[in-house]
Amino acid sequence: MSQITLDNVVKRFGSVVAVDHVSLTIAEGEFVALLGPSGCGKTTTLRLIAGLEIADEGRITIGDRDVTYLAPAARDVAMVFQDYALYPHMTILDNIGYPLKVRGVSTPERTARVTEVARELQIGDLLARRPSQLSGGQQQRASVARAVVHQAVAFLFDEPLSNLDAQLRLEARAFLKHLQNELGATSVYVTHDQAEAMALADRIVVMRLGKIMQVGAPLEVYRNPANTFVASFIGSPPMNLLSGKVLLGQGQFVLDDGETVIDMGQVYQRLERPPQDGQAITLGIRPEHITIHTEPRPFAIPGALYVVQPMGGETLVNVRVGSKLVTVRLFQDEPPALPEKVWLEPALEWSFVYGADGARLQ
Amino acid sequence: MERKAIFSAKVGLLFLAPALVFVAIFLLYPFVRVFMLSFTNQTLLGTTAPNPDWVGLDNYQRLFDFDRWMRLGEFGSALKITAQFVAGSALIGQVGLGLLIAWAFYRKKGVLRETVYTLVILAWIIPETVVAFTWVAFLDWEFGTLNAILGTLGLGRPDWLFKHPLESIILFNSWRGAAFSMLLFSSALETIPPSYIETAEVAGANAWQKFRDIFFPLLRGHILTDLILITLWTFNVFTPYLLTGGGPIKKTELVSIYTYRTAFQGQHEFGKGGAIAVVMMLINFSLAIVYLSMIRRRKA
Repeated sequence: MSQITLDNVVKRFGSVVAVDHVSLTIAEGEFVALLGPSGCGKTTTLRLIAGLEIADEGRITIGDRDVTYLAPAARDVAMVFQDYALYPHMTILDNIGYPLKVRGVSTPERTARVTEVARELQIGDLLARRPSQLSGGQQQRASVARAVVHQAVAFLFDEPLSNLDAQLRLEARAFLKHLQNELGATSVYVTHDQAEAMALADRIVVMRLGKIMQVGAPLEVYRNPANTFVASFIGSPPMNLLSGKVLLGQGQFVLDDGETVIDMGQVYQRLERPPQDGQAITLGIRPEHITIHTEPRPFAIPGALYVVQPMGGETLVNVRVGSKLVTVRLFQDEPPALPEKVWLEPALEWSFVYGADGARLQ
Repeated sequence: MERKAIFSAKVGLLFLAPALVFVAIFLLYPFVRVFMLSFTNQTLLGTTAPNPDWVGLDNYQRLFDFDRWMRLGEFGSALKITAQFVAGSALIGQVGLGLLIAWAFYRKKGVLRETVYTLVILAWIIPETVVAFTWVAFLDWEFGTLNAILGTLGLGRPDWLFKHPLESIILFNSWRGAAFSMLLFSSALETIPPSYIETAEVAGANAWQKFRDIFFPLLRGHILTDLILITLWTFNVFTPYLLTGGGPIKKTELVSIYTYRTAFQGQHEFGKGGAIAVVMMLINFSLAIVYLSMIRRRKA
């Protein structure tokens, strides 16, 4: 197991900068998730660590070795691909044992080690089969088994769960987390699913357009999103973002529609860098941090009830505020009876203020 | 869900009829005619032209006269030369070279790939007589391009078509036909997901291991198809005649050239020519059966 460092790594494809000066240290035994929408550079970053792409600038080290220009084979990492990449012409035994075979491990030892790993991953009785005879979940396990069968210094996962259906994905997620707890291996995990990243990772790296937006423990990123991008990407349903203008004298916030006025004196006071008068800002409030009132209140946003969505264990209420729909998440299974006009009161300590550039005013 | 035919077998047959008539007139009839011919002593000229005699298996016995059949200009010798020609230019040359080029440019783009592909395909689509003439000019002892280069480099000036005729036509035919295999393998390679190769690379496989464990097994079906097709085509190819005329002293007399010389030159022995054609047909037929059974076994 080893630490992985990326130091100012840049990767370009023609005129597109896929990875833009990324610096990141992944501690030994740490499970780090690279999270972001498609095209954010997360997979390219992973492929740079694997050696499947070579960085145009910067350094990559694994352990104490500079691997920036080393071939994948020399890096001693293991990778799990989205499509599992199990060879259709080989049995599961041969598939899992392939990294051992190319390293010249003898057949008896290979069989023994594959059998052991396969048993641990509960696919021990499938070794004689071909990949096509396995279900999606079993194939996924087989590809994980191939990665863990030889003691690589780090594991790289490229969206390993996205080819599974929703239910199987939850199961496989729990299984991967359990495996990670057992192995304690340095792992880099690429995903576009924030729930997956939250559930699995020790630290989340949120990426956008080749740049790192925020790095932190899942709860830290959830509780303190550094910018509007992270705020809207982490959490489901996403954070409500209301843009408008500051009226500092009155301690007010006027929404873009020019009509909805929110009393924000207390929020402004709590900021270390208070906004300027007339500055454009964005107010961010998570759906779970809003209380619905039927009477006007200070620092409550007036809105019109749009729809109520019962979700089983919780209820989502959509309220129209100005031209925006604000989502409120109520932890109750019974949908509330609400009048046409409501007031939304955000929890003060969970109200985030972002500047025009999207960065948080703290 | 049960599949229902949109029209009956009779109607289907009706649609097939034009093709079947065509096949019957241009394939079946000539075949039967040649088969009958092979049991006669018909010639183009002389008394046996209008009134050929039924000679039974005479023509076949003359082909398989084991006392002399390995002499140059005899059937056995032609078969042996053809076998060498097929092994050299079809198996190693076209299939091997085609696979090598396709593999070398696997998932690569750029000017080099385009240039190589264009040149290889050009060699394939230029008319045969033009290509043959080009090669005669290329290999000519006195004025040939090759010897001009070799001579300048001080590597001697071998008389290619005279001293190394078989090697010359093997080289020619490899160059000429590598495009088909290259295109076939190149498109077959495109169907291999990149993650297969990347998995092997991350696992630590070197180029040879990747070829042996991933590319080759996944391409096996295509290689088999290509091998049989190329073998059949090379077996029947006639173009080397334009380079060497089957010589010198029948050293490059392939079965196809031997057939031509027997049936359409000298005595114009149609009967014996027919017998050779029947034997060639049987060889092709068995190759095709091997091919079809292998395909069927793969599917099972």
